[in-house]
Amino acid sequence: MSAAWLARFSGGAWRRIFVLLALLLAVLLAAPWIVNDYLLTVLIVILYSAFTGQAWNIMMGFAGQLSLGHALYAGLGAYVAAVLFVDFGIGPWLGFLAAVPAAAACGAIIGFLAFRFGVAGVYFAILTIAFAEFARIGFDHIAAVNASAGLFLPVRQVAHNDVWHLRGDPTMFYYVILAATVVAFILCRLLLESRLGYFWRAIREDEEAARAAGVPTFRCKMYAVMISAALTSFAGVFYAFFYNNLFPEQVFNIGRSIEMILGPIIGGIGTLFGPILGAFVLTGLAESLNSIMAAFGLSMPGATQVFYGVCLLVVIVALPEGVWPPLARRLGLFKEWP
Amino acid sequence: MPLDVYLNVVVAGILTGLVYGLMALGLSVIFGVVRVVNFAHGEMMSIAMYLAVVLFASFGLDPLLMLVPIAAVMFAFGYLLQAGLINPFITRPEHSQFLLLVALAIIIVNALLLIFGPDARTVQTSYAYDSFQLGPLLVDASKAYAGGAAIAFAAALFAFFRYSRVGTAIRACADNYTGALVIGLDVKRLYALTFGLGAACVGAAGSMMTLIVDVTPIIGPTYTLLAFVIVITGGLGSMAGALLGGILIGLTEALAGLVFTPSAKSMFAFAILVLVLLFRPQGLLGQRLS
Repeated sequence: MSAAWLARFSGGAWRRIFVLLALLLAVLLAAPWIVNDYLLTVLIVILYSAFTGQAWNIMMGFAGQLSLGHALYAGLGAYVAAVLFVDFGIGPWLGFLAAVPAAAACGAIIGFLAFRFGVAGVYFAILTIAFAEFARIGFDHIAAVNASAGLFLPVRQVAHNDVWHLRGDPTMFYYVILAATVVAFILCRLLLESRLGYFWRAIREDEEAARAAGVPTFRCKMYAVMISAALTSFAGVFYAFFYNNLFPEQVFNIGRSIEMILGPIIGGIGTLFGPILGAFVLTGLAESLNSIMAAFGLSMPGATQVFYGVCLLVVIVALPEGVWPPLARRLGLFKEWP
Repeated sequence: MPLDVYLNVVVAGILTGLVYGLMALGLSVIFGVVRVVNFAHGEMMSIAMYLAVVLFASFGLDPLLMLVPIAAVMFAFGYLLQAGLINPFITRPEHSQFLLLVALAIIIVNALLLIFGPDARTVQTSYAYDSFQLGPLLVDASKAYAGGAAIAFAAALFAFFRYSRVGTAIRACADNYTGALVIGLDVKRLYALTFGLGAACVGAAGSMMTLIVDVTPIIGPTYTLLAFVIVITGGLGSMAGALLGGILIGLTEALAGLVFTPSAKSMFAFAILVLVLLFRPQGLLGQRLS
């Protein structure tokens, strides 16, 4: 066993992947010393969308269940942690422990209803939108969370970075989201290689065949929704404490759900590097367009977004699989890291 | 509240619902035949609305008279879109098509923002404040015209699909893609025609919608969602279902706005959607899901 194991990890593809990962991580770890505050904020946004993309990818990329309502789980996480903090003084990490069951339960309800009743494909996607929209309008009318006027977290000037309360400068937030992205990456790799991961991929490829082969499809799909929702809820907690304000119109907006899924689709759906790569490509593109417009002193609302849409269109038409799969093939990594 | 208030709201809701229904009919026709979910549907609706607003503001052309020309322009837009961009995507996976149309939606919303600015535009017709008295009922003239035109347009479309040769050919494509290829139908062209027809529905509905509401560039996604809710409630792919769903949702929104608060009205539409998806996923008039 150990010989085969050793051979596997000392193979060319593995060496290349470790070098690649180590380089990426080193650059990301060193980034706060290299880049200015603006770029650091951009990096936070990139890692945030890499994290949420990774979480969404569990459902769609691994198990083949298209969710277009992931803003619901992030929003729930954000509101649970924010309410606990504002009303009861409970810190974000304990809040996260409360947000996880809340989001997972919500995912479980949606999953249970949909999978029991045979709601699949486009219908399932629209059901997830419906629940997210329901939450958006619902939260807009809940007085306990300040309804549409928004929930604000008290901002406190701190001398030291307080990771326990998530209060500090952008560098601290950067490392928190970097750590979360690394954890999500490792978790997804472990999941993908687990028994459950193989079941998911069987369901993704052909659900009927998977069921015929004895895969407990209902239970596996439920796990996918719940794990994905739980992971996404952390992004919400981070969002709440990073931006310090929550508006239902913002956090539950369908635009948030779409932003979450653009990265992994552009990067390569069902791949581990796809969400990360996609986040860099998309946010990088949007920010460089903004900078170019600013450099020319142009201020036309919408122009950047139009160009962004066109670029998106070109990528979709030119690279049907996303950016990572062709790149992985070029690097000779596709076999081990598809 | 007296009964006639409710009756008035019910009638207004049904009339608005007919326009919603026509918009959703477009989505239903496209999905039923091309099997592509048009995530840029509401955005196409907002293009039509801006066309109507500009024609009215510049030349004083009434949106009701412009209904057919705008539908024709949108038909051309839809035809070219399907022929040029979407046809290569019909064999790609769902998420890929979804992304294509999301990109298109982003472009449309922001192009409108770029051209027209963020302010709401409106059409002030001479009959904007007229109404018909029918016993205890007071029917808004704009809504009555819009609802009537929606019925006429939908009826024409029904007749086209039912009786014309091209309509029959399109239905053949919807029933059996391979079969349609085998008997020598030009499926890609028929798909383009279908998408054009769906877009024409949106064109007509958008043109009439300007009589009822203001238009802003960001109104698109709202209508996309609304069209989904309606079509799934009525049954994806069912033409009569789309109209029925439109009326139902229009009615729900109007009553919820009266009984509760107008800002919560779409929550009830989504609640209906959730119930339908759970207990009758094929929609009210849809065929059983395979």
